[in-house]
Amino acid sequence: MINDILLSSNKAKGRRPYFLEDKAVERVLNITMAVASEVAVMHERLDTIERLLGSKNILQTYEIETFTPNPDEAEERQRWHATYVARVLRIVQQELEALQQDPENNRSMEDIAEELGRI
Amino acid sequence: MESQTKTPAINLPPVYSLIGKHDVFPEMSHDETARYNFLANLNRHLSTVVAPANKIAFEKRVQPNFIKENGRDFQTRDEVKEAIKHDSQYQTWAALRRSQMEMRQQAGRSMTLRQAEDLAKKVAELTAKSPNTLILNENVKTPYYLEIMDNHCMPGSYHTELFEGDVSNAANYDSGLFVTSGGMLGKLTDGGGKAISSWVISNAPNFKPKRILDIGCGLGHNTLPLATAFPDAEVIGIDTGVPMLRYGHARAVALGITNVKFMQLNAEDTGFENESFDWIQSTMFLHETSTKAMQNIGSEIFRMLKPNGLSLHIEQPQYTPEMPLFEQFIRDWDAFNNNEPFWGAMHEVDMTKWLMSAGFKKEHLLQFGAKSINDNEDHTKPKPVEVEDHGRTAIWNVFGGWKK
Repeated sequence: MINDILLSSNKAKGRRPYFLEDKAVERVLNITMAVASEVAVMHERLDTIERLLGSKNILQTYEIETFTPNPDEAEERQRWHATYVARVLRIVQQELEALQQDPENNRSMEDIAEELGRI
Repeated sequence: MESQTKTPAINLPPVYSLIGKHDVFPEMSHDETARYNFLANLNRHLSTVVAPANKIAFEKRVQPNFIKENGRDFQTRDEVKEAIKHDSQYQTWAALRRSQMEMRQQAGRSMTLRQAEDLAKKVAELTAKSPNTLILNENVKTPYYLEIMDNHCMPGSYHTELFEGDVSNAANYDSGLFVTSGGMLGKLTDGGGKAISSWVISNAPNFKPKRILDIGCGLGHNTLPLATAFPDAEVIGIDTGVPMLRYGHARAVALGITNVKFMQLNAEDTGFENESFDWIQSTMFLHETSTKAMQNIGSEIFRMLKPNGLSLHIEQPQYTPEMPLFEQFIRDWDAFNNNEPFWGAMHEVDMTKWLMSAGFKKEHLLQFGAKSINDNEDHTKPKPVEVEDHGRTAIWNVFGGWKK
């Protein structure tokens, strides 16, 4: 058996060109585009489900469009959005925290290691 | 007064479910099909929305800055390449386009690799139905120009077999052409082969080829239209990539095309007899060779061609001094960034000289344009305005000649 998961993402023979000034940004761009692709795939799958449900008269698209959640449902959904966006933007939040932190709480491990080795 | 900007009509690529499937075609799940739909749309967006801005950025910023700094305009496309590197619009387009190409390989290969063993089995079954029309020869080695990097950034390229009989890359190539070309090559991605055979039928009505050779045939997607257009001819496709030949042969059997044979041979030295073919064709092949190989191929073609025989080659337009440097640069982009390194050198070759050095006479040379014959187009709908995406459109330059 071949390892199709790793083989699928093999690098092609020949050096990969980078175009952005910062390689790290291009790396993130590539990861983001892959995630964008999977969101599109999920959207198409959901669309298929909605259409199949519609064709079987189980659910019509207008029911989705006109759906109004009750207050509890609405709060649950908003909470989901808030959790989701915070998860996605984790690193931004952490960088903000670092800015606001007392420098004592934001020391480098090299610095701490040096101190712990000394004391 | 309000200024009105003309927005081109939305030009959607055909949905992937329109692709022509056959018995050896990989099985695709709902999500794998959806992934290809995303990639075709990303490709279309990049080529119609993002790519055109490269030229604007070039004219507004890159060129004026260069002139200001150097007191002169660009003289070579390499200078353009060097200067545009620092432009943010270009960087964005290039990074996204490279990413799209890698994603396309990943999407296709993850789909074919998970079923690699089933694909090999299907191919073996179809091969058994017509064992004499696939002739492999283990003495034919992968040429250096294919070995040195993976063409089109397809990991493993045309020649790698992960196990005996593996055709996963060939199936990946077959499935993905529809995505990278936005369906412009038709349901079976045979628009090039169809275009050339229809040109021959209309422009040389008395030419009745009995034996046709397609060099660098790959999986035969442009070979089969020749066999269909000339059912009385014996058509032979040659290539060095074993998985491509195995898959292409099984594909031809699956499509019920019987007058075609696939052989593992190097076009530089085929071993075919002198004057044994009426027509020798290559379609988007020469740019994947090298200068020396091209010389050898030219002589080999002339040797194999019967008197009054025809040889034609489909490529993108040659770079001429009249072609703007920006256009040359952008056409050359894939050479460096989609692993087709001979692209630029090949498009600079003087084809008249190449054909004449092979033995063709000047007065019998041919050159014309050809456009893909595309059965994906809905001819009842108005055609949206096409945005030129240099080197990535299915409009070709054909050159060749009659051996007289």
